Amino acid sequence: MRVWVLHLGLIAVLFTAQYWLSPYLATNLARIMVLTVFAMGYNLAFGYTGLLSLGHALLLAAGMYAAGLPAQLWGWTAGPAFIAGIAGGGLVAAALGLLALRTAGVSFMIVTLMFAQAGFLTLLYFAPITGGDDGFAVAATSRTLLGFDLSADTPRFLAALVIFAVGLLASLALVRSPFGRTMVAMRENEERSRMLGYNPFTVKLAALTISGLYAGAAGAAYALLFGYVGASFATIQYSILPMLYVLLGGAGTTLGPFLGALLMFALIEAATGLTTAHQFIVGAALVALVLFAPKGILGTIRERWLRWLP
Amino acid sequence: MASLIETRGLTRHFGGLKAVDGVDFALAPGEIHGLIGPNGAGKTTFVSLLSGRLPAQSGTILLAGEDITRLPAHARVRKGIAYTFQITSIFPRLTVFDNVALAVQSQGAADLAAKTRAALARVGLEGLEEQEAETLSYGHQRLLELAMGLALNPQLLILDEPTQGLAASEIEGFKTLVRGLVPETTVLLIEHNMEVVMDLATRITVLTFGRVLATGTPAEIRANPAVQEAYLGA
Amino acid sequence: MAFGPFLLLALMEGLVTAAILALAAAGLSLVFGVMRVVNVAHGEFYMLGAVLAWAVTTMIPGPPALAFLAAVLIAPVLVAALAAAADGLILKRLNYDPEATIVATIGLLYILQQAALSLYGPNANPVAAPFEWRIQLPWFGYSGYKLFVVLAAGLVLLALWAFMTRTKAGLIMRATQVDRSTARAFGINVDRVYMGTFALGAGLAALAGVLIVPIQQAQYLMGHDPLLLSFIVVIIGGLGSLRGTLIAALVIGLSDGVISMFFTPTLAKILATLLVAMVLVFRPQGLFGARA
Repeated sequence: MRVWVLHLGLIAVLFTAQYWLSPYLATNLARIMVLTVFAMGYNLAFGYTGLLSLGHALLLAAGMYAAGLPAQLWGWTAGPAFIAGIAGGGLVAAALGLLALRTAGVSFMIVTLMFAQAGFLTLLYFAPITGGDDGFAVAATSRTLLGFDLSADTPRFLAALVIFAVGLLASLALVRSPFGRTMVAMRENEERSRMLGYNPFTVKLAALTISGLYAGAAGAAYALLFGYVGASFATIQYSILPMLYVLLGGAGTTLGPFLGALLMFALIEAATGLTTAHQFIVGAALVALVLFAPKGILGTIRERWLRWLP
Repeated sequence: MASLIETRGLTRHFGGLKAVDGVDFALAPGEIHGLIGPNGAGKTTFVSLLSGRLPAQSGTILLAGEDITRLPAHARVRKGIAYTFQITSIFPRLTVFDNVALAVQSQGAADLAAKTRAALARVGLEGLEEQEAETLSYGHQRLLELAMGLALNPQLLILDEPTQGLAASEIEGFKTLVRGLVPETTVLLIEHNMEVVMDLATRITVLTFGRVLATGTPAEIRANPAVQEAYLGA
Repeated sequence: MAFGPFLLLALMEGLVTAAILALAAAGLSLVFGVMRVVNVAHGEFYMLGAVLAWAVTTMIPGPPALAFLAAVLIAPVLVAALAAAADGLILKRLNYDPEATIVATIGLLYILQQAALSLYGPNANPVAAPFEWRIQLPWFGYSGYKLFVVLAAGLVLLALWAFMTRTKAGLIMRATQVDRSTARAFGINVDRVYMGTFALGAGLAALAGVLIVPIQQAQYLMGHDPLLLSFIVVIIGGLGSLRGTLIAALVIGLSDGVISMFFTPTLAKILATLLVAMVLVFRPQGLFGARA
């Protein structure tokens, strides 16, 4: 029905974009799609389950390094490295959840922030291996998949598109499944969910772990497609960006993360021509969103007009 | 006959306040058991202890002979104890369908749509599926609350002041519904509406100041002078 | 230098850190205690205090002591006013919802940092200390100004304590902290109390920034570390407990001084952040707080 048409249609349009966008823009779109996967994961934890994490950069970096280090140290190719990246994100998320989910609300935010900060500092501390802030480039030999060179424009774009498409459709299936309903229930009324037989801890842990799988995929994709791994991806900025994309596009909507990422990218690109004050735009956007449009674009559209939007 | 629920010396204090003070209680399967008493007697605290919303400080709770005192609330729900809230606690921004579906799917997601519709029909809310729960009238929200409890297929259904705020006709419908639940389901009913309790209950327990004052059939309770003095008004 | 004097030096440095940290963290603790919100932009108020101090001292000619005095008086007041505006325009409109407030203050952080970058520039600029006085100890010389900082911080915190416990305004703030709705029912204008508290918290952070700037230069990114450290102090000391904040600041400041002399700062920071996380997870009330 129309939900599937909408999502598959978007993927189809994006597929054709490689033909009518300039190489520069197409590569940027690839970047946006990868960041969207990260934001989709964040959306599942925050938008649907209500877990406001400030530590997702830890999960992104986990995926990035889980893919990048084996490539660097043991010469893994893109396929295995990517899977390692996904697993890395999921495992770190589960470990984080086991500890952090013993808290809630503001404490949860601070705990996740602290763990992410500790992770970043640890990456700096082990700079000889991780490259620290400077990071390291991923060898070309590790950036090949099934004979395709991922550093070339077209394979890179297609790889990003495939990852995006899988992530999008998986999230659509998840939020419309019974578990998706459970995630929302946990956000809406945890006490009631408990009294319906749901274990809040396991539900939240599952949501956070799935979120980590997405983040891991995004981090690994970033490393393998754009050839760079660095500790800067573990900084607070990368915990804030997915939140910004999700809030802008619409928390708790499947297409919100993509819309938010696309718009923020465009906004900053446009602003770069005028000023160097990027941070101001991010800051002002956050404040404006939370004051005037907490549901984001698609969230507001869903509420007012298109109730069937997932 | 073996009790479905049994408590021994169940105790819960809040600071200096003895909300539930050493309560021994037994619930027979298949009965409608009324729990009455003045405000602050500890009724809601007691059922919160039974359902697991509050942890007990001392004493034991047995469900069909099994010690569930340390079992968390969600696990007790899975063992068959369902609780409907005194102050309606539904998912306001979800549809009526989703509200009940959540209860149904907790028991297993097979035939979800069919079972959900059946649960809604049982309380008379079919046709309101797509409506957002918070837009329902108060009476309908209470029914939704009840539908969610029933959809859990519980052994024991705990109803906390279910008729509060309902119109007379709605109360009649409610009484019929509850009578239809037993003996497959056992019902523990907290009520202030004496007419409803006396009419529905097989047995009644009276609580005051966190302690059991009396237990018996409605007639015995009505005739009990201590109960009359403490609660019914002589 | 032998170990003993080395340790003494480390402790003295740690004491300065603790003093500044106590001031900044007290501001954060106050805001959380009374308003129940976490202000992520708190470090930027500290930074603004330092930057404005530089601006004031650059504009006022004459002896450094005079310029510095002006900075001490002007900068915290300006920052407090800015904070009050932020409260009225943003936080109040959000009804102080905890999660929305955090997101909004993150936005505020970016805005303030950008403002400093654009108007003040990326460089670190020094400010002359109000007086040059070198204390000569048997083993090493020490800056008299640093001791002055410790003294000043102590006096301000004492004044804060007196304000909270002895004045009517302080009583009103504590009443609002305990129970917002009852305070309102008693006719207390909770919105104004909140604005005042937010402003006071920012002012304390700014004052800490002013005091530190002769020792450490003013730079637009300098709010990051004090924010994290203030968080650590407030959480370990117990959110909302001023006494706990003070004790935690002492412990952390002193140990930071000692640990930094023997281990790398990075490792010290890793341990500190993990410690905070673990405290929140396993002992959420901190060491002294009533409830998190």
